[in-house]
Amino acid sequence: MAGPDVAWYLAVSSFLFGIGALGVLIRRNVLIVLLSLELMLNAGNLALIALARHWHNGAGQIFALAVMAVAASEVCVGLGLVVALNRRNLSLDVDRLSELRG
Amino acid sequence: MSGLVAASAGNALVWLVWVVAAFSCLASGVAVISFSNAFYSALALIGNLASLAVMYLLLNAEFVAAAQVLVYAGAVVVMFLFVIAYVGPRREAPWSGGPGWQTVAAVAAAGALLVEIVVAVGLQASGSLSSESPVGAAFGTPAWIGRVFLVDHLLAFEITSVVLLVAAVGGVILGTHTRRTDPAIIGPGGTVREREPEPEAVH
Repeated sequence: MAGPDVAWYLAVSSFLFGIGALGVLIRRNVLIVLLSLELMLNAGNLALIALARHWHNGAGQIFALAVMAVAASEVCVGLGLVVALNRRNLSLDVDRLSELRG
Repeated sequence: MSGLVAASAGNALVWLVWVVAAFSCLASGVAVISFSNAFYSALALIGNLASLAVMYLLLNAEFVAAAQVLVYAGAVVVMFLFVIAYVGPRREAPWSGGPGWQTVAAVAAAGALLVEIVVAVGLQASGSLSSESPVGAAFGTPAWIGRVFLVDHLLAFEITSVVLLVAAVGGVILGTHTRRTDPAIIGPGGTVREREPEPEAVH
């Protein structure tokens, strides 16, 4: 195969997942936490597609497409929550959103 | 001989594209989590998605790369930008406003997760990653994806549509929820009535 081995793709995927996990843990803004979740999902997608190419198995690419649909659903519900929080004039700081009751 | 030279030049080109894509992928990932303004973070996510799409193209996943650009850059990031603009510039504690140990613990937990992934992948797959299976020209094309998705994985396809429907209904319900603080202004069916105009002062 021309180009980098699958291990290089897995390395990039691991580091991207680590960056996303760091963003989820360290940031306090709900919107940036959601963006970091997207980073983590994309890292998973990259690993799936790299291994689908490696083993010549189409299920990996199908799984990646399903992950994209799940990511779109997650954004839909998450941004709906952000809009609902904003309507109630609540803070978007995840440390202050520790109760389910507004 | 000339074929060999051309092959090695193509190999070097693939490596060059890969290095640029991988570097911009990681750099824009760091940018996403380090901007204090969420708008810039969402814009950095577009760069991350584009460089990931380039890597998908290198991995013979043309359809997934196109879907990535359409679904993420076309729909998800636009929705993010819309909501960020709707919420407005609320810069409250962009970085950890909590105690310092929280930051340290977050960095330690993320680092532990990364180490765990690297160790798990290295232990599980280090032996089998070197042998490469050849792929045909049809691998990753829309026709091939369609056949695999709609014949072999039809149940996953249908469940995906149900998940998207449920998420859309949930998003609409969350988005149209009216404020319940003042029951007087909420009419029947949860609709918000206009306040009655104040009666004019009578002289």
